[in-house]
Amino acid sequence: MLEIKNLKVNINDKEILKGLNLNIKEGEIHALMGINGAGKSTLVKTLSAHYDCEVTDGAITYKKKDLLDLDVSQRANEGIFMSFQNPIEVPGVNNSYFLKTAINEKRKYAGQEDIDTMDFLKLIKDQTAKYNLDKKLLQRDLNEGFSGGEKKRNELIQLLLLDPDLIMLDEIDSGLDVDAIKTVANVINSMLDGKKSVLMITHYDRLLELIKPDFVHILNDGQIVKTGDYSLALELDEKGYEGIGIKDESK
Amino acid sequence: MSENKHIHDVINSEYKLGFETLVQSDTFPKGLNEDVIKAISAKKEEPSWLLDFRLKAYAKWLKMEEPSWANLKYPKIDYQDIAYFSAPKKALDSLDEVDPEILKTYEKLGIPLEEQKQLAGVKTVAVDAVFDSVSIKTTYQAELEELGIIFCSVSEAANKYPELLKKYLASVVPVTDNYFSCLNSAVFTDGSFVYVPPNTVCPMELSTYFRINALDTGQFERTIIICDKNSYVSYNEGCSAPTRDERQLHAAVVELVALDDAQIKYSTIQNWYPGDKDGKGGILNFVTKRGNCKGKNSKISWTQVETGSSLTWKYPSCILKGDNSVGEFYSVAISSKSQQADTGTKMVHLGKNTKSTIISKGISAMNGVNAYRGLVRVGKEATGARNISECDSLLIGNKSNAHTYPYHEVRNMDAIIEHEATTSKISDEQLFYISQRGISEENAISMIVNGFCKEVLKELPMEFAAEAKELLNISLEGSVG
Repeated sequence: MLEIKNLKVNINDKEILKGLNLNIKEGEIHALMGINGAGKSTLVKTLSAHYDCEVTDGAITYKKKDLLDLDVSQRANEGIFMSFQNPIEVPGVNNSYFLKTAINEKRKYAGQEDIDTMDFLKLIKDQTAKYNLDKKLLQRDLNEGFSGGEKKRNELIQLLLLDPDLIMLDEIDSGLDVDAIKTVANVINSMLDGKKSVLMITHYDRLLELIKPDFVHILNDGQIVKTGDYSLALELDEKGYEGIGIKDESK
Repeated sequence: MSENKHIHDVINSEYKLGFETLVQSDTFPKGLNEDVIKAISAKKEEPSWLLDFRLKAYAKWLKMEEPSWANLKYPKIDYQDIAYFSAPKKALDSLDEVDPEILKTYEKLGIPLEEQKQLAGVKTVAVDAVFDSVSIKTTYQAELEELGIIFCSVSEAANKYPELLKKYLASVVPVTDNYFSCLNSAVFTDGSFVYVPPNTVCPMELSTYFRINALDTGQFERTIIICDKNSYVSYNEGCSAPTRDERQLHAAVVELVALDDAQIKYSTIQNWYPGDKDGKGGILNFVTKRGNCKGKNSKISWTQVETGSSLTWKYPSCILKGDNSVGEFYSVAISSKSQQADTGTKMVHLGKNTKSTIISKGISAMNGVNAYRGLVRVGKEATGARNISECDSLLIGNKSNAHTYPYHEVRNMDAIIEHEATTSKISDEQLFYISQRGISEENAISMIVNGFCKEVLKELPMEFAAEAKELLNISLEGSVG
């Protein structure tokens, strides 16, 4: 589904990703770990076409298309979803209206008709009830005045309703209590149908216990330096980065 | 790299109504003196008292100085380098005789000049179309007349309803109120005149569309609306002009009078040519608008969506003279490219238990500068006066500017005044977040802007709300890159 070759990315003229290679096939779950500043967030932002990420070399193929030819919203409509570490507040924009617009943009992109308002309301009701997510969040303005936990839950509602093919989670577990992490895992696991793929950034073993990755990659200084299965995450949890031979270049 | 570099690429867009109508016109030579004023008056076949009014105003104007207190920068205006009258040639008595080029112009602008059969449930809009210095057509006059409602150009009123005009002209905005109102009093050409008799709800929206077409010509319209006891009228004005490199002056005066229990709703969608991104060309918009809530329980609401003009200097105000009268001001002002807007309102509370509401939304993008300037004055007798003001600014990008200048003068201890102001910013991060959910950047910006303005947009009559929304989007959008 996704093939990244020798990817080099600058942010503010500083090279952050220095020749990264990664393949994600349909249905696979990949976890990306590494010390702060290794380039984890830069990778998911680059895949989403964030304005700050300047690709200087390399190639990204997604669903047999050159991903670098597509802009932010096109990539989203091609099924790439990125949950934000810090979801952005947008005052004045009603959350439910936003969600409906996003769904319709995706449908339009796929050549489908707009969603019927009653169907939309039913979809919201069903999905939020299923995962015990607070439907009232949808009546408020987009993320405005939401607590950290509410913002993350709102990301989950968007994820459920936009139903992407490549789910990228940037520290969705940070700042969440155990029950909330369970909800996250519940949502993700239920969405996995053997076709959707996941790329998740996490510092904690907790989430990986609940969403078992097929691959664990350790990113250091802009490159993937180690790849293993779930046991690599366990080893890392036990020994720490230095224990598995990763040096913090910034120190 | 500047933080919001990306937004600038998204919002740079073109003025869509900048076409020019090629029509033979009768335009005065540039320059201003008594003879020019006499010639304007003669063209309009005005009664002699009106010529006297103009000449007196001119004499006073010569002694006045152009104000400089506003937060606006522009090169000195040469008042001798402007033509003060321009009208399309041909006598224009009925629609059939209007120059087809002009009809096409209004068609292109989407302004209906043909009367349609009235449909149940659909509110009709009666239009007075002003082209440069003359009204070329006013629709539905006959239907309105049956109800005793007068809707005509000021020139027509000067001849047909001289007593009414004489009574109300300059009754709300005195001739020497300010430099531009004084100039307007000397040289005003067409604008609309509305009178709604007692106990009458005007059954249609009244609307004036102003088009500046001629080169180097100023537009100085005068509009007067009188709503008699226990009556209601909703009036809308729209405007546009061709894209030109030369700046053009627009100095209008609008006077509203609401008698006992009367209500006037005045809406503006201002879309004059804004000039280019370097500030070349565009309309200089110096407007004095004031309403007098003269009678008890009267109400005047100003709603404005200001998207055009190179420069806007405009403070629609209410004098709350009648007891229990209400004044409202809802405003959205956009300054993008190199536009400058200094706009706001004055609410003067004189009567008892008078109330005023001010909601002002300023949006600045690119190099735009936006200032809110508002005065709330409560007189000694205005026991129980109450005002709520809310002034919000939205900045798009790093180079735009917003200022708020609230003034309060309260002489009655019993008054309650509330003022709230906020400033927020559309950031690249907001744009990225919304786009990452599949919504294009242009739609993302319009979504944020519409959200910001919704309190004001909901005040517009339904017939005009869609147009205003679209205009907001056009003013802030363009192709990416």
